[in-house]
Amino acid sequence: MSGFFKSSIGRKVAMALSAFFLMFFLLQHFAINILSVFSADTFNEVSHFMGTNPLIQYVLQPVLIFGVVFHFVMGFVLELKNKKARNVAYVKNNGAANSSWMSRNMIWSGAAILAFIILHFIDFWFPEINTKFIQGDWSGMHEGVEGYRYFHELQEKFVSPIRVGAYVLAFIFLALHLLHGFTSAFQSMGYTAMHKKTLQNIGKAYAIIIPLGFIFIAIYHHFNHIH
Amino acid sequence: MNLTLKIWRQKSASDKGKMVDYKVTDISEHMSFLEMMDVLNEQLVNSGEDPVAFDHDCREGICGMCSMYINGEAHGPDRGITTCQLHMRMFKDGDTITIEPFRATAFPVIKDLVVDRTAFDRIQHAGGYISVNTSGNTQDANSIPISKHAADEAMDAATCIGCGACVATCKNSSAMLFVGAKVSQYALLPQGQIEAADRVQNMVAQMDLEGFGNCTNTGACEIECPKGISLENIARMNRELMKAAIK
Repeated sequence: MSGFFKSSIGRKVAMALSAFFLMFFLLQHFAINILSVFSADTFNEVSHFMGTNPLIQYVLQPVLIFGVVFHFVMGFVLELKNKKARNVAYVKNNGAANSSWMSRNMIWSGAAILAFIILHFIDFWFPEINTKFIQGDWSGMHEGVEGYRYFHELQEKFVSPIRVGAYVLAFIFLALHLLHGFTSAFQSMGYTAMHKKTLQNIGKAYAIIIPLGFIFIAIYHHFNHIH
Repeated sequence: MNLTLKIWRQKSASDKGKMVDYKVTDISEHMSFLEMMDVLNEQLVNSGEDPVAFDHDCREGICGMCSMYINGEAHGPDRGITTCQLHMRMFKDGDTITIEPFRATAFPVIKDLVVDRTAFDRIQHAGGYISVNTSGNTQDANSIPISKHAADEAMDAATCIGCGACVATCKNSSAMLFVGAKVSQYALLPQGQIEAADRVQNMVAQMDLEGFGNCTNTGACEIECPKGISLENIARMNRELMKAAIK
């Protein structure tokens, strides 16, 4: 089996498996975040559960970190290998004649998403880890805030129009990445996804609705934050 | 029609190579692309210059030798064809046409537009066959029933002529459409089952050894393939390799 994951196809399969995990994670992240638009209390309750549940914190969180790091590192490793497979570039290459922009530029949309994840970690994840694992405060409370702190922290982040702009741009890149990545992951797993209209339509819907939803959440909180 | 040709000229495998401009005049729109190249070469020979080396053999779309990258596309701006089936009616008077060899590290240039595609032969040797005892006791072909659907799919995969357009077109220089077709044509038939696991493992290992890139499912290979080999063959190869790894 270790030989399988060293082969070019094995690496494709590994990329696809990490992609499935990340797409599932994205879906649940969206499902929780959209609650913040409807009810601050529900969002706080669910956020506190996710932030303090031992299974999520000690099992799923490390798996997620591994999945994210693996997907990015393997993406760049494969890109370098693929670049080496053509040592002299074409003088004239008409890629648009036979493939989509999204499929040819996964590395660039991926790099944009990586830049966003770094910003996102600085914004939310590092402070969260600091509060819980370094300062040892698992209460979910914050001085000067009534109830849990999560909704307040979320709104605070979307006050800056520059940050909202960066989030919107990042989610456009995420949509472009998913427009190819969703069906591509199924194809890599051996399912003839590229010729299945229904799956392609599900992929398109996922790739547009989820990022658009995240954009909506960011813009909504920008215009509705409590001063 | 009168045309400007920008052609990759490279004296040998070790030469650096460069693009050189040529003019050709009075080209008939009914000519094939290779006939236009013949006109150019006649012109070059008559003026004492070295003719452009390019691969060609059957000139009827079967051998897969004519490996040219024309105006940024393998076999030029048409679908389901090899270069010999590309006609000059696809171009306009006054056009500039860029002609390059198929580019891949695994397909080194030998001279001008001629590339070495023996990497494909080595992949075939690694498992693209079935072992049959031919010493006088060969089974009657009709004694093994095969469904029409499987026979058709295997035949579709077997129409791959190994021209290398998939590699040339792929942004990653991946050979997975070729290998997928060769794996599939046997994987779909009962005769291919006995050696199925070894076949896919050995052929994929050889493909990786040759330095071809990884497939990222852009689908460009399928569009440019002169025989319309389907991406389904790549998916099947992936399944076959997973099956073999679990065994």
